[in-house]
Amino acid sequence: MVRFLIRRLALGILVLWLITVAVFGLFFVAPNNVARALAGRQATPETVAAISHRLGLDQPLWKQYLDFVGNALRGNLGFDYYHQVPVTTILGAALPITISLVLGAALIWLGLGVFNGVISATHPRSFTDRSLTAFSLFFYSTPTFLLGILLLYVLYFRLTLAGHTAFPAGGYAPFSGGLTGWANHLILPWFTLALVSAATYTRLTRASMLDVLGEDYIRTARSKGIRERRVVVRHGLRAALTPIVTQFGIDVGGLLGGVVVTETVFSLPGLGKTAIDAINQQDLPVIIGIVLFASAAVVVANILVDLAYAVLDPRVRLH
Amino acid sequence: MSDTANVMATIGPPDPGEPTSPTLTAPGDIAGRSPSGTSGIEGRTPFQLAWQRLRRDRVAMISLAVIVLIVLMAFLAPLAAVITGHPVNEQYRTTGLTPDGLPRGPSSEFWLGTDDLGRDILVRIAYGSRISLLVGVASTALTVVIGVVIGLAAGFLGGLVDTILARLIDVVLSVPFLLVAIALVSITGPSLIVTVLVIGFFSWASVARIVRGQVLSMREREFVEAARSLGSSNSRIMFVDILPNVLAPVIVYASLLIPVVIVVEATLSFLGLGLAPPTADWGGMISEAQNYYTTSWWFVVFPGGALLVTTLAFNLLGDGIRDAFDPRAERLMAK
Repeated sequence: MVRFLIRRLALGILVLWLITVAVFGLFFVAPNNVARALAGRQATPETVAAISHRLGLDQPLWKQYLDFVGNALRGNLGFDYYHQVPVTTILGAALPITISLVLGAALIWLGLGVFNGVISATHPRSFTDRSLTAFSLFFYSTPTFLLGILLLYVLYFRLTLAGHTAFPAGGYAPFSGGLTGWANHLILPWFTLALVSAATYTRLTRASMLDVLGEDYIRTARSKGIRERRVVVRHGLRAALTPIVTQFGIDVGGLLGGVVVTETVFSLPGLGKTAIDAINQQDLPVIIGIVLFASAAVVVANILVDLAYAVLDPRVRLH
Repeated sequence: MSDTANVMATIGPPDPGEPTSPTLTAPGDIAGRSPSGTSGIEGRTPFQLAWQRLRRDRVAMISLAVIVLIVLMAFLAPLAAVITGHPVNEQYRTTGLTPDGLPRGPSSEFWLGTDDLGRDILVRIAYGSRISLLVGVASTALTVVIGVVIGLAAGFLGGLVDTILARLIDVVLSVPFLLVAIALVSITGPSLIVTVLVIGFFSWASVARIVRGQVLSMREREFVEAARSLGSSNSRIMFVDILPNVLAPVIVYASLLIPVVIVVEATLSFLGLGLAPPTADWGGMISEAQNYYTTSWWFVVFPGGALLVTTLAFNLLGDGIRDAFDPRAERLMAK
């Protein structure tokens, strides 16, 4: 167990290191005109050079990289090019927004997906099964940005026109400002993200439950006279949960690094939107900081998923 | 619960590596399920079997028909311009815009309305289908080729090669794809080639992992041993003997990857990293429409509908293909 953790952590660090090299290399291979952009149109070459020097951009690439790694190891991800704000501060401001979005949506999609999947699997080939499959496939096929715009159109614009201002057009209200304002700003983004994601869980749950419900021990449980609901939930769902937990871990890990599209559509200044803005401004330290954080989230999620395997399925041995 | 676990342990998960060698198919096994009920003198390949099953899947066949129509639309896009008399990038500033400069709704002149520059949405949708299909198919093909080659090499060669390639797969799977894709496109500047390459280079890892797993279970089988004892080279065994046997899951994965790629391309365009204007592109059209959704519903609904119908058709067909290759699913459901 400990050996497993050490091995996986080492691998994770290797992954993160490779990603820093890749992102760093990427941005410096391309012509970089941050200093020129900062200096403005009228700037003399001297001003541009001075700004380059201040940002450390005139240093050789390997030195910039070593400085970055050295600072990162001490918990300092550098400062953004435009306002000299520490990248960790920027990440710290954006992260609660992304977490609020992802966790809320995750609860909805997990509940919706697993519930629909179980219903589908216990009534295979029925009208309900087909309808739920069609429902989930429809949202699965909908691009996130399209669903976001449509929800905004119907539930914000149409509703507001009709005289019921139920939802805001976008933006974020911090949790500290009150629960209702926070939730109200997040309901549409939550459902946008959740509806698009739920389909995967409906289908996973359905397939996994169909496998499990065909097992002999389910028949045994039924023949012992256990109530059907208990057979399905306690005997069936628990055994069927493993692939769902895997998918859930991977999805949440991936999304914590920034929900680019949903945050953009609903103007939520989370990690995804911050990253897009930074990319448009070539704000390298911020981009690297977010990409690094996003990769770390994926790596950690993968380790947690493997640990969850061992908890859920006693047959799994970690090594 | 512990007795449950023990029972499960003896049964174990179904073997995903069931050989599907075209040459090894036993005719007797399939005779019962073939629609004509023939004695099965001639063994059908798994691909023929899958096609037979797919043909009886009404939803999949309808989806296939829709996809054929979309492909036709892509090929015949210039015809749409001729019929309506509106070239794809022509801006009708007087007839195509209201006096306030807003898009005009559907009419006999502009069947699906106009966009913010007074261009014909119908014609632009027709042209936009070319980009979506091209990127969808090209990126998927690239993904599959890279994934199959790396998966085969890792699974078959084993040893150090496998260790390195397996780590590489892990690394690529940990990359926050959309962020890095956006960063890359923003550096290189958007173009069709860049979009295809970026999607291909970050998506192959899943294919490689599937293929590697299949090859690992295939490597020790008798037919590989037989090929080796006949003196076949490594590459011949990999590509001639093993490859056809791991193709089914790859085809299923690829068919379900196409709609995902189409959405990714549209997403990049939506985020302003699509092809440079005035190229007609569904994601880009929806992005432009975002500022007009309150006044001009057709501007969002028609390009969005085209995108949705396309991804839905590909997903339904992919679902059908998966079921067709996996007769086990059919048996389970018919229990």
